[in-house]
Amino acid sequence: MSIADTTHTLKGRALPQRQPLAKMIDSVTFSVIAYLAIVGGLVLLAYNGAQAMGYNWQWYRIPQYFYSFTEDGFQWGEISIGLVKTLTLSSIAFALAVAMGLIVALLRLSGLVVCTAVSVAFLELIRNIPLLVLLYLFYYVLGPIFGFDRYWASILCLAVFHSVLISEIFRAGINAVPKGQWEAATSIGMSKGQAYRYIILPQSIRFMLPPMTGEVVHMVKSSAIVSVIAVAELTTIGRNIISETYMSFEVWFTIAAVYMAVTLILSVGVSFVEKRYAVDT
Amino acid sequence: MSDSAPIITFDRVDKFYGDFHALKDISIGVREGERMVVCGPSGSGKSTLIRCINGLEFHNSGVLTVDGVEVYEDSKHIYRLRQEVGMVFQQFNLFPHLTVLENLTIGPIKVRKVSPSEAERTARKYLERVRIPEQADKYPSALSGGQQQRVAIARSLCMESRIMLFDEPTSALDPEMINEVLDVMVELADTGMTMVVVTHEMGFARKVADTMVFMDAGEIVETAPPEIFFTNPSSARCRAFLDQILDH
Repeated sequence: MSIADTTHTLKGRALPQRQPLAKMIDSVTFSVIAYLAIVGGLVLLAYNGAQAMGYNWQWYRIPQYFYSFTEDGFQWGEISIGLVKTLTLSSIAFALAVAMGLIVALLRLSGLVVCTAVSVAFLELIRNIPLLVLLYLFYYVLGPIFGFDRYWASILCLAVFHSVLISEIFRAGINAVPKGQWEAATSIGMSKGQAYRYIILPQSIRFMLPPMTGEVVHMVKSSAIVSVIAVAELTTIGRNIISETYMSFEVWFTIAAVYMAVTLILSVGVSFVEKRYAVDT
Repeated sequence: MSDSAPIITFDRVDKFYGDFHALKDISIGVREGERMVVCGPSGSGKSTLIRCINGLEFHNSGVLTVDGVEVYEDSKHIYRLRQEVGMVFQQFNLFPHLTVLENLTIGPIKVRKVSPSEAERTARKYLERVRIPEQADKYPSALSGGQQQRVAIARSLCMESRIMLFDEPTSALDPEMINEVLDVMVELADTGMTMVVVTHEMGFARKVADTMVFMDAGEIVETAPPEIFFTNPSSARCRAFLDQILDH
């Protein structure tokens, strides 16, 4: 609603108008047109490039990898199965990562020298190893030693890697709760555990939700790396389909789109939750 | 009253923050039912003094006894002791994620293991007493500063504390809200509660204090009943301080 829509009679002089050009560049219509022009140009460029190398587009062969109707009736395709595998893998790994992250954060904040040292050592160790190397360590070294298969090696590797990042989110969230809350909880006789459970953690959730969303999305994306040890998730399925059909352009576009759809849905879902948890101080 | 036994005793207590000597050789007693008002310039150690009483800070040497229990960091009784000693903070420190009623009941329910219905009954009784029963279901952020501080007082009362500590309870309030909080504190004093109050509200001190304490640079400089304290303090430092805050 602009001022002109209201019933106020304005007595003062009207403000000088903005430059017409500046006004146009700022407008929504101009932004949409500019955006479409840029994206369209890039797509055209890619398409021409693909045409020039004589690529044979076969988009019609893609839907069968999502689902199909055969004589046996409806069947899920390989990509759908891979997606479910990716999601279960990421969810289990994320749940483990949250549990481990909370423990690491609490150890770090405990104020006990041994606990702090253990958690800092863990943090530095994991943070300074590339994810790919960590995965090889879990699969080729720890797997045989402790007897877990590639599926659990990938889950544990992702959980450990992300627990470090999540522990920092917990730590920041807990530290963001004012010191006075600790004192108030202490002064009514709460133990440290009770203060965490009833006073501190419930308040830190709203500080932690936005970065946690990022971490969920990050987890789904980094789960793609387990394709290097051939765990049958989305990315591995993509590679398999290509090795059978040679449709690399269509398949990688599709796989990327599926990842994007999942992460976008997650982001929207969590921003919903965030609004519900928003407590004003 | 002077015949009742001390419920809080400081015996040659010293406290350091690193190299900073925050409390110097403090020896003082508070009798049951006594109202003690502590004043002094900022940084004089008065907050530290009362924060030691319920173990929010721990002293480094000397003996501090509260209700027959010695206060030190590893004491097994520290949690029980804190239930006996209520504390009201300058910044209220209400729990923002809980409603007013929940702020009052969480301590009794989780710490004292009182049944929720009984805790609620007690909470409503004390909300009545601090004169905001109608705010029970609101969140602290919806209340004014004065109302929040009265909720904070009620929260301590709900723990059925026998001793109440006040750490500059009106210093963060807008001027027009100071009196509503002081009124509640005066009423509380009339019930015979043992109170230790750090404040610059000298009108309040005159009205309720049995004992005035003046601290400076970590030491107790002057201890006197208010009649003598305000008219004829023995130390020059105390007189200078009073001149400054009573002048206008």
